[in-house]
Amino acid sequence: MPNEKLKFAFYWAASCGGCEIAVLDVNEAILDVVAAADIVFWPVAMDIKYKDVEAMADKSIDVCFFNGAIRTSENEHLAKLMRQKSKVLVAFGSCAHEGGVPGLANVSNRNEIFETVYLKSCSTNNPGKIVPQTSVGVKEGTLSIPRLYDTVKPLNQVVDVDYYLPGCPPPAKRVAFAIGAIVKGELPPKGSVLAPERSVCDECPRKREEKKIAKINRVYEIVPEPEKCLLEQGIICYGPATRGGCDAQCIDANMPCTGCGGPCPNAIEQGSAMISALASIMGIDSEKETSFDPKKLMDQVKDPIGTFYKYSLAGSILQRKVKK
Amino acid sequence: MAEFNPKIVAFLCNWCSYAGADLAGVSRIQYPPSIRVVRVMCSGRINPAFILDAFKNGADGVLVAGCHPGDCHYIAGNYKAQRRVLLVQKLMEAFGLEPERLRLEWVSASEGDRFASVVKDMTAEIRKLGPNPIKMLEVED
Repeated sequence: MPNEKLKFAFYWAASCGGCEIAVLDVNEAILDVVAAADIVFWPVAMDIKYKDVEAMADKSIDVCFFNGAIRTSENEHLAKLMRQKSKVLVAFGSCAHEGGVPGLANVSNRNEIFETVYLKSCSTNNPGKIVPQTSVGVKEGTLSIPRLYDTVKPLNQVVDVDYYLPGCPPPAKRVAFAIGAIVKGELPPKGSVLAPERSVCDECPRKREEKKIAKINRVYEIVPEPEKCLLEQGIICYGPATRGGCDAQCIDANMPCTGCGGPCPNAIEQGSAMISALASIMGIDSEKETSFDPKKLMDQVKDPIGTFYKYSLAGSILQRKVKK
Repeated sequence: MAEFNPKIVAFLCNWCSYAGADLAGVSRIQYPPSIRVVRVMCSGRINPAFILDAFKNGADGVLVAGCHPGDCHYIAGNYKAQRRVLLVQKLMEAFGLEPERLRLEWVSASEGDRFASVVKDMTAEIRKLGPNPIKMLEVED
């Protein structure tokens, strides 16, 4: 079908909208996209209803870029719908890939969240103690809204995913690469992550010497030297445990990597990889000192879930806080 | 109701703790049949993901045992294991799992009796804590 344009769709589930901007960040390359493809569904930019998508033939969309995690019954419905209508489904961005920041809601649950948001927050005035219901009867009939789930899930726990494009949001270069590969029909094997087989450290321009840290510095505590490895300066930088493809943009801005690229190739889990890496360099060679206190050393790590699973909690091994 | 018999996954290092467990066996020292042994070359080889995976798959406890400080066959593997276990215990607390379910012990090749007492002690402690509270496959309501 050389003259027939490809059909693209974009959808957002539980996400912040940044991924939609990332699509536009490819700048004028978007014109090449439009030259090669028709965008048939993109709620943020086009007025199309779900029923129009439901009316499309199965597998009639060539590629769907799906961003955001699955957090509500609506997200899940659309994930299944887009899977049914699309030949290729791409999990776009950290949330679709590993749950992302919305996935951190897995340290809580629906009731706790409703309680905080609708009852307990100090700016709330809710004397009737009304929390969202999925349906309510009014005289015109029944109104309904989607149900919020207790557990946030990445896209691949709900439907089969063909490719992953990690990043928060995916860097413009990776988006352009992915679209180019699709247009040329040069996609890698199904299930691939559309990012290089290397870590952020491999792309980082900073000077690295022997890693050995005694004290963890949080980002606000020091102004890091611009040339030296951030981990060596005691800042928890996720570079060793994060897949590259971003050209170490954050580190370039003197901020540590926080892991949005997802796990490195072959890592079982991103959080575990970072725990291993950090444990291997903290307080090394101080064991023989009489003052050595490993517990005190490791207690410097505050908020382990937020530190080690900032973007990957929902896709991690334990996935969520134990439900009581 | 029958007494709760915990399942404990024990990662034992090849050079010290596995030999210690072996000695407990050949010496016919009695200890509870609660452990499932996984032999690894070094306690420093234990990826935190192994520990989390054990808990996810229903282990009531995880024991990591290695050579005494200073005795590691690979010089510093046990020190790394110690730091990892401490971090994983912090993590478990945040996940709502009792950190006591994960234990790090130093057991040398000559300490068969110590190995048996570690298993006895840990089994008793986990019996008090009860079964692993992770219920991963709960249906969404």
